[in-house]
Amino acid sequence: MADGMKLQFVVDDGDFTRAGETSSKVKKTLTQLGFSPEVIRKVAIAMYEGEINMVIHANGGTIDVEISSEKILIIMQDRGPGIADIERAMQAGFSTADSKVRELGFGAGMGLPNMKKYSDEMEITTEIGKGTCVKLTINVKG
Amino acid sequence: MTVSEIAKKLNLAYYAGENLSGKNAKGCYIGDLLSLAMSRVMADNVWITIQTNINVVAVASLAEASCVIVADGCVPDDTTIEKAKEQGIILLGGEISAFDAAVALSEMGI
Ligand SMILES: Nc1ncnc2c1ncn2[C@@H]1O[C@H](COP(=O)(O)OP(=O)(O)OP(=O)(O)O)[C@@H](O)[C@H]1O
Ligand SMILES: [Mg+2]
Repeated sequence: MADGMKLQFVVDDGDFTRAGETSSKVKKTLTQLGFSPEVIRKVAIAMYEGEINMVIHANGGTIDVEISSEKILIIMQDRGPGIADIERAMQAGFSTADSKVRELGFGAGMGLPNMKKYSDEMEITTEIGKGTCVKLTINVKG
Repeated sequence: MTVSEIAKKLNLAYYAGENLSGKNAKGCYIGDLLSLAMSRVMADNVWITIQTNINVVAVASLAEASCVIVADGCVPDDTTIEKAKEQGIILLGGEISAFDAAVALSEMGI
């Protein structure tokens, strides 16, 4: 398998038409590499939610993906406002999404809970006014 | 059952993916909140929604839905239709309500 494969993507600010594209690309790559449907589903969901959050809440940023036969590491770094209360943000149903993005179907407050649920490790570091970094690990079980 | 059988029975029009209508469908999820749909739509499910924007295609594609039914006469945006064609997502629509669609699908034994 592709041990130590590294991918990097730029996520543009506010570009809903392209949101989901990096998740799709990674999904395709993992499928080609022969990962199991369960692992692919976890990565696709967790990464899509992170990508959308970067677009909606955080002025875009970069996503780094590291793929090995043991685990898939996803690092999402944005230039957004930061998260004041991470514990609160993690609660199912909590959302600060405005009416414009709610109309599009966002704002259930389920993105971060989904990322938690579909990853094996999740680490958020954030600084108010600077940005947020979400690190997700998905283990590949043989 | 196939998407083609569903489209006929529920009197749905194809916005995209008619060429793929031989695809199988099993199970169904109804909902309009994308991050709920993202985790609840399972592979090969029919997803019924009234969302019409491009993110519907992203969710359907990542969750591997069999097809999307846009209910209540809602019409997908042009960009949504384009993206669905590009990604090979079957996008159906009609006047039928989500409830009536679900009842019909259940009668068909989905
Ligand atoms: N990258 C981020 N930068 C700044 N704030 C964020 C970021 N990600 C999440 N948040 C904050 O945490 C809240 C909860 O995020 P979560 O993804 O769970 O829900 P949502 O994006 O509001 O709705 P959903 O994901 O269900 O469409 C957001 O409303 C926002 O206030
Ligand atoms: Mg979110």
